[in-house]
Amino acid sequence: MAEEKEKKVTRKEEKEEAEATARGAGEKAAPKKEAAEKKAAPKKEEAPQEPQIDVDSLPLVARVKGAKGGLIEDVKYFRGEITFVVKREGILEVCEFLKGDPECQFDFLTEVIGVHYPKREEKPLEVVYHLYSTTKKHRVRLKVLLAEDEEVESVFPVWRSATWYEREAYDMVGIRFANHPDLKRILLPDDWKGHPLRKDYPLQGPPGYREAWIKAHCANTNKL
Amino acid sequence: MLEKGLMDKGSVEGQVVDDLMRETLKTREMWINMGPQHPSTHGVLRLILALEGERIVDTEVVIGYLHRGMEKLAEARTYPQFLPYTDRLDYISSHAMNFGYVLAVEKLMGIEVPERAQYIRVMMAELTRISSHLLWLATHALDIGAMTVFLYCFREREMILDLFEMACGARLTTTYFRIGGVAHDLPDGFIEQAREFCRVFPRKAKDYDDLILKNRIWLSRTVNVARISGEEGLNLGLSGPNIRGSGVYWDIRKDEPYSNYDKLDWEIAVEHGCDVYARYLVRLKEMRESCKIVSQCLDILEKLEGPVMAKVPKVIKPPEGEVYASVEAPKGELGFYVVSDGSPKPYRLKIRAPSFANLISIPTMVRGHMVADVIAAIGSIDVVLGEVDR
Repeated sequence: MAEEKEKKVTRKEEKEEAEATARGAGEKAAPKKEAAEKKAAPKKEEAPQEPQIDVDSLPLVARVKGAKGGLIEDVKYFRGEITFVVKREGILEVCEFLKGDPECQFDFLTEVIGVHYPKREEKPLEVVYHLYSTTKKHRVRLKVLLAEDEEVESVFPVWRSATWYEREAYDMVGIRFANHPDLKRILLPDDWKGHPLRKDYPLQGPPGYREAWIKAHCANTNKL
Repeated sequence: MLEKGLMDKGSVEGQVVDDLMRETLKTREMWINMGPQHPSTHGVLRLILALEGERIVDTEVVIGYLHRGMEKLAEARTYPQFLPYTDRLDYISSHAMNFGYVLAVEKLMGIEVPERAQYIRVMMAELTRISSHLLWLATHALDIGAMTVFLYCFREREMILDLFEMACGARLTTTYFRIGGVAHDLPDGFIEQAREFCRVFPRKAKDYDDLILKNRIWLSRTVNVARISGEEGLNLGLSGPNIRGSGVYWDIRKDEPYSNYDKLDWEIAVEHGCDVYARYLVRLKEMRESCKIVSQCLDILEKLEGPVMAKVPKVIKPPEGEVYASVEAPKGELGFYVVSDGSPKPYRLKIRAPSFANLISIPTMVRGHMVADVIAAIGSIDVVLGEVDR
């Protein structure tokens, strides 16, 4: 963990980092820390204890799998939340089903999120949809995995709010949505280059950006 | 262009003139900018309005002027370090913002929060709701032209901010919540002062009603303005008091009760008017309900002893996984989607900001209305740009 760090970390972070490594390796930990570890240990054991649930027995999963099983790649269950991994070409169909089906009635699209996983070889991009039903009062999460050059169908025909959410996912992570009515940047200026929430985008902005900005705006500053 | 001969020739004089006018005088839409520096947009919101005369044909909402890259910053901070940043999202209801974030991390970690801390949190969140709605009422009324309400609202808001100052030293960016509880217990004298507020507030709320509830100018500025149906609102991502003003019974505090909301007695505020006036009524009712919740919490907190912080490991390292937790913030559904890779920093953190989603329906709301109604519409959905742009 600590070895991977290249940039400077603040003192506090360093301390926590060190503590974390000490705990992980279990070497030369001070007695006080060991006590803390003991205290933390049962918590840690507790945390992943998920009630072993047969995911397919959940009514919602059974319903969706029964109707659109061919388009669902995987179902996950974590902390009481259901996640469907949907095939890329089937997202619009699944969404239409989830909204129209009388047992699902997902009438509210909460958000569309882009996530970048550069360590994944094949499909580094992920689009996450959170749905909610104001009548049935349940939630579900959909996921679509994308390769770098792939695009996903916009869910704008199902929920109109998707226009803005998808623009944000495009702006921040660079996910392209097919058939989107107006796919352009939303938070950043139109001429911005790059997508800041990608993992390879530096925290302080693109290289040279900060220096150029200071040069342009702080002409009277002698020392930086 | 008008030739005398032509006028004489026509059998119906006016018809000819009309035709000529149509050929020679072209009408077209006018595009004007409203904002980003405009007092009624409550920050740096820019609207591009397409006008036909004074009627609005189309609207484009331009945001991003306050973008600070919170989500990127979160990836470089540990879980507790990111907590103060959440205050700066919706800076007039910071407790509610804290609440959403800590709930998400606690869900990820599987932390049980002590009972006393739960009640303190609920009480603080409701006080925040009142203060946020008071600020909204003050500025919204000021925008529309009811100047008097402004200082009345600020008078009561001041009482709440004093309470916040007592509990955590800060008035706006409070950072009172912690992952696993709250920073420290309530100070001596807090409960008495909060009780005083709960005693006074319903009477003061009546003052606001007396000023504008049946005021004829207020009614003509708000009734049937910026209408949106419940179904359309949901389709456009509208949440919170705005969608409840369109007759949708949806309050996260009731439907998916987090913390201790299910143990308290209160009602959802719903109106069926679908317009600016209905949203105003919903918020006024909500303030009264929140006041009820606060006094119930005070009754319980007086007797309930116990810790205000759960046993939380020093370095917060959630297991690998992802969660979404949402709360009913004063503006609508506030959600935090946290992806953890097992390290002390979030791998990805997405903030579902209610104001961002509420803005989507502005073009639908104002189509066909006058320019002055845009101000009423923006005011009625209660945007805070810190949260929109993140």
